Amino acid sequence: MADQTGNKRVLAAVDQAARRLGLRPGMAVAHAQAAVPGLAVVEADPDADAVALEQLGVWCLRRYAPLVALDPPDGLWIEVAGAAHLFGDEDGLVEDLLTRLAQRALSASAGVADTPGAAWAVARFLPHEPVVPPGGHAAALVDLPVQALRLAIESADGLAQLGIERIGQLTQMPRAPLRLRFGPEPGLRLDQALGHALEPLVYLDWPEAPMARLVFADPIGAPETLARVTEHLLTDLCAELERRGIGARRIDLVFRRVDGLSRSLRVATIRPSRTVRHLVALLAERLALVDPGFGIDEAVLCATRTEWFDAAQADLGDLAEEPAESGLAELVDRLGARLGRGRVYRLAPRASALPERAVRRIDPLAGVEASWPADLPRPARLLAPPEPVAVTALAPDHPPALVVWRGRRLRIARADGPERVHGEWWRSEAEAGLVRDYYRVETVAGDRFWLFRDAPATEGGRWWLHGLGEA
Amino acid sequence: MPEAANGRDDRMAGLRRQIDALARGGVARSPALPFGIAALDAQLPGGGLRRGALHEVGEAGVSAEHAALAALFAAAVLARLHGSVLWCLRGRDLFAPALAGVGLCPDRIIFAETGSETAVLPAMEEGLRAKGLAAVVGEVGRLGLTASRRLQLGAERSGVLVIAIRRHRLAVEREGAAAEPGAALTRWRVSPQPGTGPPLPGLPRARWLVELTRARGADAPRSWILDAPDATGRLRLPAELADRPLAAAPPRARAGLG
Repeated sequence: MADQTGNKRVLAAVDQAARRLGLRPGMAVAHAQAAVPGLAVVEADPDADAVALEQLGVWCLRRYAPLVALDPPDGLWIEVAGAAHLFGDEDGLVEDLLTRLAQRALSASAGVADTPGAAWAVARFLPHEPVVPPGGHAAALVDLPVQALRLAIESADGLAQLGIERIGQLTQMPRAPLRLRFGPEPGLRLDQALGHALEPLVYLDWPEAPMARLVFADPIGAPETLARVTEHLLTDLCAELERRGIGARRIDLVFRRVDGLSRSLRVATIRPSRTVRHLVALLAERLALVDPGFGIDEAVLCATRTEWFDAAQADLGDLAEEPAESGLAELVDRLGARLGRGRVYRLAPRASALPERAVRRIDPLAGVEASWPADLPRPARLLAPPEPVAVTALAPDHPPALVVWRGRRLRIARADGPERVHGEWWRSEAEAGLVRDYYRVETVAGDRFWLFRDAPATEGGRWWLHGLGEA
Repeated sequence: MPEAANGRDDRMAGLRRQIDALARGGVARSPALPFGIAALDAQLPGGGLRRGALHEVGEAGVSAEHAALAALFAAAVLARLHGSVLWCLRGRDLFAPALAGVGLCPDRIIFAETGSETAVLPAMEEGLRAKGLAAVVGEVGRLGLTASRRLQLGAERSGVLVIAIRRHRLAVEREGAAAEPGAALTRWRVSPQPGTGPPLPGLPRARWLVELTRARGADAPRSWILDAPDATGRLRLPAELADRPLAAAPPRARAGLG
C-alpha cells in the first residue's frame, strides 16, 4: 500500500508476503519496486480504513464487551473486565476473537493486561502469550522494546542512541533529564502502561439501543447505592422495553467515574426478559466486581441485544404459579452469570462411533430429539485422555485376564467384546487408520471397566482404560 | 368485618392450593419416591426417598474416587421422577449415554459445570431457589455440617429432591466422610459386587452392594445386594436371592483385591 508523504511516495503498509521479501513501511515505492519486480502496489485509503475500523469496533461491541474504543490506525481497545465471563475467561474471549477475525481473513494479534497501554504493548510485542495475569503487567513489560510504549519514532530513536532499548531500562532512568530531552511523552506513556497515570479512552456509542441513563450531581460509590441505582435504571429500561414490545437478551451497565475511566458489566439471558426482579438478580451477581474509584457520576444501562417478546407469557408471571419454563430460564441465566455461559449446558447425542465424540453440548433449554442407542452399555465415567494399562491375556486375541491400572492388579473374571470402533476417516489422515477394540470387563471383585486396544494384537496394539462404572 | 373476611379468603386460597397440589400429584400427595423393592422401602421413613430432602450417595471399591456407581445410582433415582434436573459437575468426566442407559433422558438434565469444588455447593443452592426443578444433584467432596444443613433447608423449602454424590480422591477421606455428622436424611454407599453364575462370555447386568449407612428416623446401617438399575432406573433383587428372607442378605462381603 502506498501513500504520499511530501513529494515522495512511500509504502504505508505491507502484508506478510511482502514483509518476508524484506519490504517495510516507510520505504520509498521506487526503491521497493526496484527490489521486488512485479510488486503489487495499492493506493492507501486512510478514510476507508477508518470506516472499516469503526465497523470492526461496533462488531466487537455487539459480540464482546460494552466498552470498545478505537485506536487508529489499526487498533481497538476492548474493556473485557465484566464481560469476559460470558466466554468462560479471558483466554476464551481472546481465542474466540482471534478465531473469528481469522475466519474473516483479518490477521490480528491480541493482548490482555491491566492497563490500555500494557495491553497495546502485549498485543504487538508478546502475541504468543496474550493474557497477562492481573498485576503482572509490569513484569511483562520489562523486557519489551521501548517502541512498545507507543512512542513517536523520534523519541524511540533518541532513546536508542542513549543505549536505552528496553522498557526495564527506561523505568530506572531519572525522570527529570528524560523530560528535558524528550518532553513529557516517554514518562507519560510509561506511567500509563504501568497504571500510574490514568488513561481515559473514548468509547464507541451504541446505535439506537433501548437505554436508561442517570447523572449524579454528587458522585456515588457505596455498594448499596450502586444496587439501588441499578434497580432504578432497570425499572426505566424495562418500561421502555415493554413500550417497544421487546425483551432483553443482553444488558450492558456502564459506570462513568469522576476520573474519566469507565467500568462496565454485561449480562446475558437465554430467553428475552423484561422482569426487573430477575435482571436485578443477574446484575447484582457481578455488581460487587465494580470498582467505583473516587466516585461515579453517570450510570448508563443499555439493552444491547433484544428480541420480540410474547406479552401473553410475560404477564402470567404475577399469578400464583409461574410456568416451569420461565423458572428454568431464570436459573440458567443466574448460573450463567455465576459460572460463565458455556458452563451451563445440556448434553445431546452426536452421531459418532468414537465415544468421546458421541456427546455434544447444546443450549441448556433446547430439546433433544434422539437418545443414544439403548442396546450399547456405556460406562458412567469416561477418562480423558484414556489411561494406559498393562494387560495380560491368555492368547493374543483373547479378552484381558489381568489388568494393571494405576499400580493395582485387577484380575478379570469375565469380559464382553470386542466392539470394534473405526476412526472418522473424513476428519484427518491419522484417523483413517484408527481402530479400537473395546472390551467391557468385570474384575473378580465386581468392578466394571471399559478397555480398548488401539490396534489388533497381531499389530502390537496397546491397551487403554477408557471408562469405568456400569449399570 | 373486613379483617375476618380477609382471613377466611386467605384460608380458602390456601386450601385451594393444597387441593391443586393433590390433583397434580405434587409434593403434597407423594412426599417419598419408593424404590419398588419392599425390603428396601420398608426400612425408609415414608416408604422411599423423601422429596424435599438431602440424600448423600458415596461409593467404595477400587475406582471409588470416580464415583461412577454413585452417579448411576442417583441417575436411576431421578429417572423415576418427572421433571427437570440440575446436575452440578466439577469436571467433564461424566458420560451422558450411561445416564440415558438407566432411564434419565438427556432432555431432562441441565448441567452446570463449576470447574472447582468450592463452586458446586453455591450452584446447587441456586438450583434450590429456582422454580420448575424436580431435583438437584451435585458432585461434592467436603460437605460440612453447615453446608449440608443449608442444602437440607433449601430442599425442605422447595420440595426438591437433592442428591449429593460424594467424591473423594483418598480412601481416608471417604471413610472420614462416612463418619462425619451431616444433615442429610439418608446416606448411601454403593459398591461393586462380583457377579454369580458361571463365567460365560458376555456380561449380565452388574450387581451392587447398596448400603444405607445412615437414615434419620430409621434403622441403619442396612445393606442389600441388588441388580444394577435397568433402562427404567429400577433396582431389583437378584433372581436367585429374591426368595430368601431379608436376614440372609450377607454382611459387607467384599473380596480383597489381588
